[in-house]
Amino acid sequence: MSQQAANGVPCRGKVLTLDNMNPNVRRVEYAVRGAIVQRAGQIEKELKEGVKKPFTEVIKANIGDAHAMGQKPISFLRQVLALCSYPELLEDNKFPEDAKHRARRILEACGGHSIGAYSASQGIECVRQDVARYIEKRDGGIPSNPDNIYLSTGASDAIVTMLKLLVCGEGRDRTGVMISIPQYPLYSAALADLGAVQISYYLDEDKCWSLDVAELKRAVDAARQHCNPRVLCIINPGNPTGQVQSRQCIEDVIRFAKEEHLFLMADEVYQDNVYAEGCKFHSFKKVLFEMGPAYSSTVEMASFHSTSKCYMGECGFRGGYMEVINMDPEVKAQLTKLVSVRLCPPVPGQALLDLVVNPPQPDEPSYNTFMKERTAVLAALAEKARLTEQIFNEVPGVTCNPVQGAMYTFPRIALPQKAIDKAKEEGQVPDMFYCMRLLEEEGICLVPGSGFGQREGTFHFRMTILPPTEKLKIVLQKISDFHVRFTQEFS
Amino acid sequence: SLCTAEALKATQLKMSENGVLSRAKVLTIDTMNPTVKKVEYAVRGPIVLRAVELERELSEGMKKPFSEVIKANIGDAHAMGQQPITFFRQVLALCSYPELLNDSTFPEDAKSRARRILQSCGGNSMGSYTASQGIDSVRQDVARYIERRDGGVPCDPDDIYLTTGASDGIVTMLKLLVCGEGATRTGVMISIPQYPLYSAALAELGAVQINYYLNEEKCWSMDISELQRALDEARRHCNPRALCVINPGNPTGQVQSRQCIEDVIRFAANERLLLMADEVYQDNVYAEGCQFHSFKKVLFEMGPEYSDTVELVSFHSTSKCYMGECGFRGGYMEIINMDDEVKAQLTKLVSVRLCPPVPGQALMDLVVNPPQPGEPSHDNFIKERTATLSALAEKAKLTEQVLNTIQGISCNPVQGAMYSFPRITIPEKAIQEAMDKGQEPDMFYCMKMLEETGICLVPGSGFGQTDGTYHFRMTILPPTDKLTILLNKVKEFHQKFTQQYS
Repeated sequence: MSQQAANGVPCRGKVLTLDNMNPNVRRVEYAVRGAIVQRAGQIEKELKEGVKKPFTEVIKANIGDAHAMGQKPISFLRQVLALCSYPELLEDNKFPEDAKHRARRILEACGGHSIGAYSASQGIECVRQDVARYIEKRDGGIPSNPDNIYLSTGASDAIVTMLKLLVCGEGRDRTGVMISIPQYPLYSAALADLGAVQISYYLDEDKCWSLDVAELKRAVDAARQHCNPRVLCIINPGNPTGQVQSRQCIEDVIRFAKEEHLFLMADEVYQDNVYAEGCKFHSFKKVLFEMGPAYSSTVEMASFHSTSKCYMGECGFRGGYMEVINMDPEVKAQLTKLVSVRLCPPVPGQALLDLVVNPPQPDEPSYNTFMKERTAVLAALAEKARLTEQIFNEVPGVTCNPVQGAMYTFPRIALPQKAIDKAKEEGQVPDMFYCMRLLEEEGICLVPGSGFGQREGTFHFRMTILPPTEKLKIVLQKISDFHVRFTQEFS
Repeated sequence: SLCTAEALKATQLKMSENGVLSRAKVLTIDTMNPTVKKVEYAVRGPIVLRAVELERELSEGMKKPFSEVIKANIGDAHAMGQQPITFFRQVLALCSYPELLNDSTFPEDAKSRARRILQSCGGNSMGSYTASQGIDSVRQDVARYIERRDGGVPCDPDDIYLTTGASDGIVTMLKLLVCGEGATRTGVMISIPQYPLYSAALAELGAVQINYYLNEEKCWSMDISELQRALDEARRHCNPRALCVINPGNPTGQVQSRQCIEDVIRFAANERLLLMADEVYQDNVYAEGCQFHSFKKVLFEMGPEYSDTVELVSFHSTSKCYMGECGFRGGYMEIINMDDEVKAQLTKLVSVRLCPPVPGQALMDLVVNPPQPGEPSHDNFIKERTATLSALAEKAKLTEQVLNTIQGISCNPVQGAMYSFPRITIPEKAIQEAMDKGQEPDMFYCMKMLEETGICLVPGSGFGQTDGTYHFRMTILPPTDKLTILLNKVKEFHQKFTQQYS
């Protein structure tokens, strides 16, 4: 592995190379920011440098980042954050009393009354109390113990931490973790990084991406041959698929987890993003408790939430929490110890979360504006969800399930055999080939379905519904036109 | 029979106290990740848990020999009363709520920086994800800062990765390095004493920790022969691949000489080790004759034979220095001479977590791009910065001085960082009682101190120390008058304790 330097003097190879780095890390993939996004970044740079393209801007419809697509922050949340950052503003009469009141409360809970102090590793206590109250209100009074709440650096942090705790064993005893296909590729990435076994269960595209317990059973039985299945992950509302699971389905999943002795991980970061008529968010915890003590005092569960989605869209603040239910006390002590090593989640994100779970109330000055802004954001998303489904379903060769919730559409695309062959020739997965073409021709950046998982022989892409409605219409039209052209070209 | 423990375990059933059979949990201490069980982090360990309990008892009105718990366990300046730098918080407020850009009470230089930061954010909002490596313009500013700091040695913004505190970058690098099995398992050299993030991360990753002892007699300096000893010994049972150095040191506070840093670089080059330089305390240098020498600068001054080849990663943070903004979790690492393919893997790895917190990135931008002479905020900024750093220098001196007046305590000069790590003599009787209780003697000592004075320190065993020696780590962060009281209480306690166990 030695290298010759330019002047012919032999020099040794590097200490850290592809061949001697952590092999698990090499297996990690994260399509949402993968190859296609890197190319999109390159193209943006080229545009800036004046290179001529068939488009004037790159539209990044690859990532669930609402503010980047023009969504406005909620005024109240940002006012409180400003007050917390620079408490001199508490003297400024431009800020409403309810914002000041919350800022004071947060600052009082911080060391030295500063958001620059480390907080407790589990998160600021009064924030955890507020989160517990929020959960209780949301779940119709089912008790939530603040001590079961762990604030985190986005939901991703808590998800990875839980998976880390769960992974053990060697060979056939290695921990297996069930995750949907399609899935949000944080899960596959984390499982690769941890060297755990990924157990894929297929969502039913023909039934609006619903979950089928028979399919769960098939997957877990097959998995038991080669690993030790211990965890079942479910994303509801779904990413990338947008389905909102029925209450019956959630009950069935809980029952399945109990029967098969699985730890349940419920990723509920899109809990406010529900659009379709007849659809409703049912929290796993609520359903669990409604199933009675045989379940509610035994099924081990962690549910995850975030400040990145819903109506806030505050991705950059990296706020989040998990609630752990029925966790073994000794394991919980280990969890508490583990999170202490990284000291604490970012305090601005903790403050933001506090406001999300403790928003302006009807009798408070900021209430009307808050409700107006929140409603506008959610209504716009609902409209865009509907519009997207409608337009895509008008394109021959594109089939789009209703976008019931979340922030994405995951339509199925028919690719001509010639295109599939051409892709193979170029060493590309067919839907990557398709998406790369779309990027180069229209400047629209999507993520190929292969980045999330899909049934063999099917192809999809994930597009966000986040651009402003007028721009979204244009994007949808361009994609539709592209699809027709592409199909023509490879017919 | 179902009733034996073994049989129960085999069927995954459990007998509760009232005789009810139930299934054992999915996730138990026996079925969880074994490496996580090995993780310890003393800075927030058992003694701190007890301190928090005591605080609760105090707030519930319980009578104690003290009226407050003083948390001198953690390097958290704001929690101890240090004030944030006004300029930084002004810009952060402007970034959080850009309506304030119309507010005439904010100075123009703050507004200009806020606008620049917002312009580089998606949708001009701090609420957008940024590029996973960090905001481009911030990385450029970091690179310029490094160039200025290092007398012009070039820095490529593409080698800068913004992180969620320095801890994040350190753990990421260690993760990249770990591979192999058994005798080829990656070994990582770290000082004893060390900041226990390193031992925790190595335990979690299942890497081999290779201890090299700092020389207490020589003010905690590094000794190449000791590095060599540690390395040679380690080669017998693992594959040593990295050398971690904390400079200025934590918990020990020493500021390594330029010669020492050169020697370490030469050692790393000869022994083919990737160098990890934790430099988060680079502005916290107090002692006369001491100066911070960045590893990168020294590396480049050693000429291309070294600067073209030695793989070096250096870490910085917004949590320490004069800012003390721990809660924002801001940081960066600079990667030097990394293999291109590995760098691509690193970039891919950090993308999974999307991006570091944007407020922390913004804060880092201000740290590396502070008010310049001629700008409206410059004078006040320098005033605040100077006040903080000189207070720390004063407290460093005071601490060393007072602790050295105590018989049975000897304290090396606190040359830099934020801690003192004095050596304490513990009477044999106390050591015995500790062992009987299954406690490390210095944990026994610190627990007693906590219960009797309300002062929370971290025992030296949490950082590592030469066998048979005992220490504690105490921060120098409380305000000077409180620190004086603290040091005197420590003195009283030590005298009492020594007497009690004589």
